[in-house]
Amino acid sequence: MLLGITVIVFLIMSLIPGDPATAILGAYATPENVEKLNRDLGLDRPMVERYFIWLGNMLQGDFGRSFSLNRPVIDEVAERFSATLVLAGTSFVLCALFGIAAGVVSAVRQYGLADRLITFAVLIGISVPSFFLGMIMILFFAVRLRWFPVSGMYAIYGGGDLADLLHHLVMPAVALAAVAAGVVARLSRSAMLEVLRQDYIRTARAKGLRERRVIFGHALRSAMVSIIPVLGLQAGFVLSGAVYIETVFQWPGVGRMLVDAILKRDLMLVQGGVVFVAAAYVLFNIAVDVAQALLDPRIKT
Amino acid sequence: MTAFLQRLARNRLAAAGGAMLALIVLVALAVPLLPLQDPNATATAERFARPLSEGHLLGTDHLGRDLLSRLAHGTRLSLAMGFAAALIAAVLGSVLGIVAGFLGGRVDNVIMRGVDMLMGFPYVLLALAIVAALGPGLVNALIAVAAVNVPFFARNIRGVTVALAGREFVDAARLSGMGNLRIMAVEILPNVLPVIVIALTTTTGWMILETAGLSFLGLGSQPPQADLGSMLGEARAALISHPHVAVVPGVMIFLVVMSINLFGDGVRDALDPRLGAGALTRPLPATVVDRPAPPPLREPDPPALLAIDDLRTEFRLGRRVLPAVDGVSLSLGRGEAVGLVGESGSGKSVTALSVMRLVASPPGVIAGGAVRLDGEEVIGAPFEVLRALRGRRVAYVFQDPQATLHPLYRIGDQLAEAIRAHQPMGARAARVRALELLRDVRMPRPEDRIDDYPHQLSGGQRQRVGIAMALANNPDVIIADEPTTALDVTVQAQILALLERLRRERGLSILFITHDFGVVAQLCERLAVMYAGRIVEEGPTAEVLAAPAHPYTRRLIACVPEPGAGRRRLEAIPGLPPRLDALPPGCAFAPRCHRARPDCGAGDIPLRRAGARAVRCLHPETTP
Repeated sequence: MLLGITVIVFLIMSLIPGDPATAILGAYATPENVEKLNRDLGLDRPMVERYFIWLGNMLQGDFGRSFSLNRPVIDEVAERFSATLVLAGTSFVLCALFGIAAGVVSAVRQYGLADRLITFAVLIGISVPSFFLGMIMILFFAVRLRWFPVSGMYAIYGGGDLADLLHHLVMPAVALAAVAAGVVARLSRSAMLEVLRQDYIRTARAKGLRERRVIFGHALRSAMVSIIPVLGLQAGFVLSGAVYIETVFQWPGVGRMLVDAILKRDLMLVQGGVVFVAAAYVLFNIAVDVAQALLDPRIKT
Repeated sequence: MTAFLQRLARNRLAAAGGAMLALIVLVALAVPLLPLQDPNATATAERFARPLSEGHLLGTDHLGRDLLSRLAHGTRLSLAMGFAAALIAAVLGSVLGIVAGFLGGRVDNVIMRGVDMLMGFPYVLLALAIVAALGPGLVNALIAVAAVNVPFFARNIRGVTVALAGREFVDAARLSGMGNLRIMAVEILPNVLPVIVIALTTTTGWMILETAGLSFLGLGSQPPQADLGSMLGEARAALISHPHVAVVPGVMIFLVVMSINLFGDGVRDALDPRLGAGALTRPLPATVVDRPAPPPLREPDPPALLAIDDLRTEFRLGRRVLPAVDGVSLSLGRGEAVGLVGESGSGKSVTALSVMRLVASPPGVIAGGAVRLDGEEVIGAPFEVLRALRGRRVAYVFQDPQATLHPLYRIGDQLAEAIRAHQPMGARAARVRALELLRDVRMPRPEDRIDDYPHQLSGGQRQRVGIAMALANNPDVIIADEPTTALDVTVQAQILALLERLRRERGLSILFITHDFGVVAQLCERLAVMYAGRIVEEGPTAEVLAAPAHPYTRRLIACVPEPGAGRRRLEAIPGLPPRLDALPPGCAFAPRCHRARPDCGAGDIPLRRAGARAVRCLHPETTP
């Protein structure tokens, strides 16, 4: 899987039109010089060989050098990724907690007032672009109410501690979580409805268990089996949404870095960033599969 | 097709979404004809005009361009991009999916490997990589969004195609000499079309959001051309001073995507009615009770432990009302075993589940009658009282232990949970007791089995667990709802022997629901036969079996093969059980009955008692 990602990135990057040597030497370069540079850069070798050289370098931690920032790609990506991780991680936890809670309430109170309100909120949540939601939140909570700072990760003067970080984190994390929470809530609701119809729920009720135990101990536990894979997908969703949210809130994360790098045509940086984030996502999904296997004893046998 | 449109129109939200979407699309199509200002005409003197100002209904942006005009053109562009991306993704994805699913083998392997790898990316990241390689721009953004969504279509369509590829009509097409290409186009495509449409309607909203997102980041449409996303992106710089420039395109994106989502959900529900409203409802903790005052307590004779009195349970499905149980009275004495016999759909299980209000509700409603335990009415009791009775005084053993045990809990934990629901007890003590219970039901090697999950046990062992769970709190009554139907014959006999032994040892009362007279003969001293929601015959087992009074009972007994009875004709009952919402007047069995006379359909026929026996028939086989 990890290899597959590198293959795809490599293939996409080799789609780039133009000749790097010409780009570096300029339009007036002599053919001999172009050829020499191509040889120096290893560009005259077959594609498969170039791929393995690139892969080998990455395995040694060498992702190349960013020309626009003039520093190694790996340093920049690692620094930016930690900021993204704080944002996306918080959002992920928020969307999982609120999404599942809303889904459970909605299913248990099917057709009730709570269900209608949640369904309505979910519909708005999955229809509103997260970047627009972020902008509205800035207008309302930062400009009008002055509860939270408009943007950034830390205050420019005198900030830098955890409280400051949290203060800056609230709005982007919530804006980012809103859409994903909607999707999770929708799915949790239907998963719960499906499970609550099962015979073993009737058995649990026939045993005389308290309703709270029936819902959370029996129904939700089964529903989690189908909710968890979706949480894995939502992690990718939150990472994706972070690109927009980081731009809206000026969050110094990897998403904003990628957009800037694309606009500056700093392709080494794009390449390294994409591989790095995609690898993190794959690892996360492996963790999700493990969690799934722990939850469902039938998977092992 | 008309049914589909009707279902779609009946869904008010979907209709509203569809109408809004149609309006937006119409306006977008008509943009060149509308008297709008030039969207790109700048007028720095009029920059940031507020909405409703002179000459600019929605105001102007940072270059003084008319926002209404830009909004109209932007919407047009965004819709075109979104729909184009969706179509491209759908076509490519469907082709890949159909080819992979139909051809299978290595082609399938290679295609799906690639699809899996693409799905391994967070989607925007992949789109960013593509845009990075191709360079920012409208067309490139469109390609990126379409490419990112191809795997989703491919995977969905492949799944459906694989199921179709093994079907008879495909084999028939192959035998008739059609080539693969033709089969895929003529046989497979029409059948996967609904799935493609569903996937398309549910993802178009996303794709509009994604293209708008790329434009918002400055990677999509380039100035001066603007779609809704880049309008938002340009407005961001002046967000705080002039919010209306951002709000106008933002709200538009929201409206477009919401109307598509509403419409798409409606299309999905209409094409896939299985998921539609009503099909997926969850049962409440206890069956809804909607009945007139319960009938007065008649002192029963002999005094019954459990007395079901004139019970009426219906299924209310929209305007239709199905009377599943229509005035059933039945009593169960202490230590007595009574069989309730009938075909599937006769209402016997619903009767059994009604006792502790376990009928799934909605749609089930207890619409009349009473259930008394030691003379105490339980149907009208508050939920907490009912819950305290469930499993403690009245316990159930269900039919299919594969479905009725929780698949994710160890059986020991499920037993311990049943015990601790009613008896304050520590986890260790409960485990010891659970082990005892497993021994009581003769579970082989209970020490090893206690930590097993249900799927690790055999069917018979699972049912032993079900019985152990019912015994957990030493109940007075066990209601066994076809406990042996899902088991094979030798195991069936063991389970029956177990129930019989437990009854003798513990003085249990058992209400035994079954369709099998052989089982009743073995276990029950009394039986009642149900047909179409009513009891048609009741009496001591031996007497009824020897001389059935109701023609239905007789036919039902004749259906049971008797080992050792030599060659005998097994008689099926002609016809089908009646539909509950169209019961004939009078005797419900009359249309299938060989003894039926005109008066059978004339009016209600009472259950006439004579001693221990009772029959609901005007022309019984024997006069009891």
